[in-house]
Amino acid sequence: MKPILELHHVGYQVEQNQILQDISLTVATQDYITLTGPSGSGKSTLLRIIASLLTATQGDILFKDQNIAEMDPIQYRRQVSYCFQQPTLFGKTVADNLDFPFQIRQTTPDVEKQKAALTVVGLPENYLDKRITELSGGEKQRVAMIRNIMYVPDILLLDEVTVGLDEENKRIVNELIEHFHKDHQVTILSITHDAAELKQASRLLTITKGRLEA
Amino acid sequence: MNLDVNNWSLTLAMLLVMIALWIGYREKLGIDREIIIGVIRAVIQLFVVGYLLKYIFKVNNVILTLAMLLIIIFNASWNAQKRSNGMTNALLISFVAILVSTGVTLGVLILSGAIKLIPSQVIPISGMIASNSMVAIGLSYRSMNTQFRDQRQSVLERLALGGSLRDASIGILRESIKTGMAPTIDSAKTVGIVSLPGMMSGLIFAGVDPVHAIKYQIMVTFMLLSATSLGSVIACYMAYRNFYNSRKQLKDLASEK
Repeated sequence: MKPILELHHVGYQVEQNQILQDISLTVATQDYITLTGPSGSGKSTLLRIIASLLTATQGDILFKDQNIAEMDPIQYRRQVSYCFQQPTLFGKTVADNLDFPFQIRQTTPDVEKQKAALTVVGLPENYLDKRITELSGGEKQRVAMIRNIMYVPDILLLDEVTVGLDEENKRIVNELIEHFHKDHQVTILSITHDAAELKQASRLLTITKGRLEA
Repeated sequence: MNLDVNNWSLTLAMLLVMIALWIGYREKLGIDREIIIGVIRAVIQLFVVGYLLKYIFKVNNVILTLAMLLIIIFNASWNAQKRSNGMTNALLISFVAILVSTGVTLGVLILSGAIKLIPSQVIPISGMIASNSMVAIGLSYRSMNTQFRDQRQSVLERLALGGSLRDASIGILRESIKTGMAPTIDSAKTVGIVSLPGMMSGLIFAGVDPVHAIKYQIMVTFMLLSATSLGSVIACYMAYRNFYNSRKQLKDLASEK
C-alpha cells in the first residue's frame, strides 16, 4: 500500500531537553498503528508534531509525498485530525460543537449528517440541543470524536481517547474507530494502553525515552 | 465667571494628599513614595501643559495643533502597550488603534459641527478620546492575555479541527473587545445618576446653564462609545495573531510535553 505519511529522522528539542530523537516511520494508507510507551516518553509530543500543532526541530514529515512544513497548516489539519485525551467542548450545546466543522468551511451545518453521526456513537438525535454541561465524560468524548470526523479525515490521530471511560463507552469509541478505519479507509495512529484497541491494530509501536523501539 | 482657585486654597488642598499619605503610612501600604512622585509629577505636568496650551491656543496654528495631538496619541499608545505583557509590536498596534479611534471620532464631531476646528476645542476633546481609548485597549490586552492562557486547550482543539487563527480566537476576541468597552458602557448607564462627569461639571463650574452642559455630556458619551469600541476592535484584531507562530501554532506549546 502507498505510504500516506513518512517521518524521516524526526526529533524534537526544547532548549537542552531532547524529547524525541531520530524517529523514522512509514505509515501506509489505511494502516492502524498503536503507540505505547511509558508516560513522559514523548508519545503525545510525536502525535502533536504529526498534527502540526508543534513543529519538529529535526527531520522531515511527508504527507502524501509533500513536506508538511511547506503545506498550509490549516488545510493539513483538516486532513490529519487530532483527538485530545480530555477534550473541551465549545459553546453551550452539542450542536455548537458539531456546527464548528461546517463553520470553518463556511458551509451551513448539515443537521441530518449531525443526527446520523450522533446515532453512530449511540446518542439520540435530540442530543443536538443538549447542554454540554449535562453530558457525562463518555458522552463528551463521543461528541468530541464525531466533531473530528464530521468531515472524514485521511488520518485520525488519537491521544488516549478511551482513558477514564467506562467499559461501555470504551466499546462504543473503539467501534467508532473501527468503523471509520474499515468503512471509510481512515488511517489511524493511536496512543493507547487499552487491550481491546491494541487487538484492533495492524501494527504496534513502542516509544521509550523519545526513541522508537525496533 | 466664578472660577478662582487661588494659590493659597491650592496649598491648603494639599492637606488632602496628607490624608492619602497618612493612610498609606498607617496601613503600611508602602506607597508613600509612589504618592509623592505621583503628586509632584501631576503638578509639574499640569503646569507645563497649562502654559503650553495657553501658547497653542494663542497662536492657533494647524501644524502646532496636529503636533500636540500626535504627542497625546503617542503618550496614550505608550501607556496602553505597557499592559500588553510583552506582545510584539504592541506600541505600533496601540498607536494605530488610538490614532484611528481618535481621528474618526474627532472627524465626526467636527463634521457634524458639534465642535469647532480650533485648538481650544480639538485638543481637550482629543485628550478625552485618546485617554479612554487607551484604557479600553489596555483592558483588552489584559483580557486577551488571560484568556489565551486560560482557554489554551479550547484554542488548541479549534486549531486541531482545522480552524483558522480567527476561528480559534474569535471567542477570545469578542470577550476582549467587550472587556475594553465595559467601563464606557457602564458609565454611560450611570452618567448623571452616579457621576456628574468632568466635561459637564467643568461647564457648570464655568457658569454654563446645566441644560446646555448636558448636551456636551451627551456628545461626550457618544464619542467615548465610538472611541473605545474602535480602539478595542482595532487593537484586538491586530494583536491576536501575536499568540501564534508562523506555522499557525499556539505559541509556548514548547513547554508542554
